[in-house]
Amino acid sequence: MELYKKTAHEIKELIQNKEVKAKEVADTFIKRIKKNNEDLGVFLYVDEEGAKSKAEEVDLKVEKGEKLLGLSGVPIAIKDNINVSGMQNTCASKILSGYRAPYDATVIKNIKTADGVILGKVNLDEFAMGSTTENSGIQLTRNPWDKTKVPGGSSGGSAASVAAMMSPLSIGTDTGGSVRQPASLCGVVGLKPTYGRVSRYGVVAFGSTLDQVGTFARDVEDCALLTETLAGLDKNDFTTADKIVPNYKKSLTQDIRGKRIGIPKEYFGEGLNNDVRKAVDEAILVFKENGAEIIPCSLPLTDYALAAYYIISSAEASSNLARFDGIRYGYRSKEYTDSLGLYTNSRSEGFGKEVKRRIMLGTYVLSAGYYDAYYKKALKVRTLIKNDFLESFKNFDAILSPTSPTTAFNIGEKVNDILAMYLSDVYTVPVNIAGIPAISVPCGISQGLPIGLQLMGNYFDEDTLFNLAYSYEKSTRWHKITFEEGGR
Amino acid sequence: MAVTKNDVEYVAELARLSFNEEEKVELIGNMNVILGYIDKLNELDTDSVDITVNPYYVENKFREDIVEKSMPLKEVIDNSPQNLEEYIVVPKIIE
Repeated sequence: MELYKKTAHEIKELIQNKEVKAKEVADTFIKRIKKNNEDLGVFLYVDEEGAKSKAEEVDLKVEKGEKLLGLSGVPIAIKDNINVSGMQNTCASKILSGYRAPYDATVIKNIKTADGVILGKVNLDEFAMGSTTENSGIQLTRNPWDKTKVPGGSSGGSAASVAAMMSPLSIGTDTGGSVRQPASLCGVVGLKPTYGRVSRYGVVAFGSTLDQVGTFARDVEDCALLTETLAGLDKNDFTTADKIVPNYKKSLTQDIRGKRIGIPKEYFGEGLNNDVRKAVDEAILVFKENGAEIIPCSLPLTDYALAAYYIISSAEASSNLARFDGIRYGYRSKEYTDSLGLYTNSRSEGFGKEVKRRIMLGTYVLSAGYYDAYYKKALKVRTLIKNDFLESFKNFDAILSPTSPTTAFNIGEKVNDILAMYLSDVYTVPVNIAGIPAISVPCGISQGLPIGLQLMGNYFDEDTLFNLAYSYEKSTRWHKITFEEGGR
Repeated sequence: MAVTKNDVEYVAELARLSFNEEEKVELIGNMNVILGYIDKLNELDTDSVDITVNPYYVENKFREDIVEKSMPLKEVIDNSPQNLEEYIVVPKIIE
């Protein structure tokens, strides 16, 4: 089998057993990126030299008989809103053109310490605002399974890089589904950890009480490996939890006997595509066969989560994006006579349409006279949604649903219908409102396009999600089918 | 509570953004569609509900104040669109 088709844990083993050099692995993926990037538009920046020299460092360690750490020379792609020292960090926005990161985000430090090899930076919706990666101010990313379809978003580049086997691993950010939805649309595994599980230091903020760094991989074992590498307390991010990171590998067993899985009827209603419904129904049977108890349930506030989400996320974004003013970094307009003009013109020329729309919405709901009616109301609804989940987790170990109501849609199909675009996140958003973890795993293919299912868990209960997802994966073949066999 | 042109102009000023007439018309439409959808929150009675800001309660964390090396000044200053030696150049704000 070609090297690029292997999973991260397979590559790790090959390097550790001296069957292949980390340099060969890096070369293979760099070659793969060069071959496919023009077609797919995944990478915005490739650090060929850096990747090769890091790989050589790993090989030297092997030669000296030193023990390799977690990632052991496995390559990884980084969403271009996470700071990697010396690289660009565009957030796919004109407003950050020319910026070079002077430091590493904590997750990047962790990857480097764990002997991971960073290949470069991948595309996203501008400032992670979007569900298709079409809002990128730099380039279009195509779904490897069908180049006329979107890869999902906002971490579309991260998902597509793993699906196209241009990288065995990648990281992204998930504010309302931006890891799980593209994972589902590209047929890979994607996890949004619990709020506070992974540091956000060095990650460009969108919605500060919603954002979490997430992991992409070809299977659950790889996803668990990468999550363990990133997770833990960080003195530079005080929202990280002071909780021990478990050895996730221990959760990777097929045994799920006695686990109780809730199936919320609100996630199977109007708007759900029939093929997606069928695939998820079939997956539920697999969990049952493996010993889990399947119990119908209700999360009655599901329908309100998206409305609350657009208030909270836009409000937080309008505040977070105030720092982009043309002074300290990035784009500065040529047209100004005073400082106010400099701010206004730099921002108006530098931000794209969707970003401006959300800043406007966020500023509006925070402005005098509307604060109580919108922002405060949304924070109250947030309490209700959170309580809904907390009640459910008294009865269930996990809650299962589709990740996305449809498979990947056509490029351009929803760009002019903002509400339809927003509604594609309807199943992923509640998780961010509550701050709980959730994983998306491949569970079917419809007309050459992958389908994903979502498992939602209690706070800091990523172990249970890995256990259930691993058990399912071991009983099915969906994760083994790549776009080369299943796509069109 | 429909968004008007006045609202858009007022909020744009707060947000330090400017729009041409065509963009304003589009924004009025977009914002009314989104806010119309958001209005469904009013179906819920939340009078006696507390707000949630952070998804879960985070204890205040304290640490010793230890002097550490700061980022290389040159790399930080080089990121500014216009600079001179150790300074970022900005328009004059005091007459």
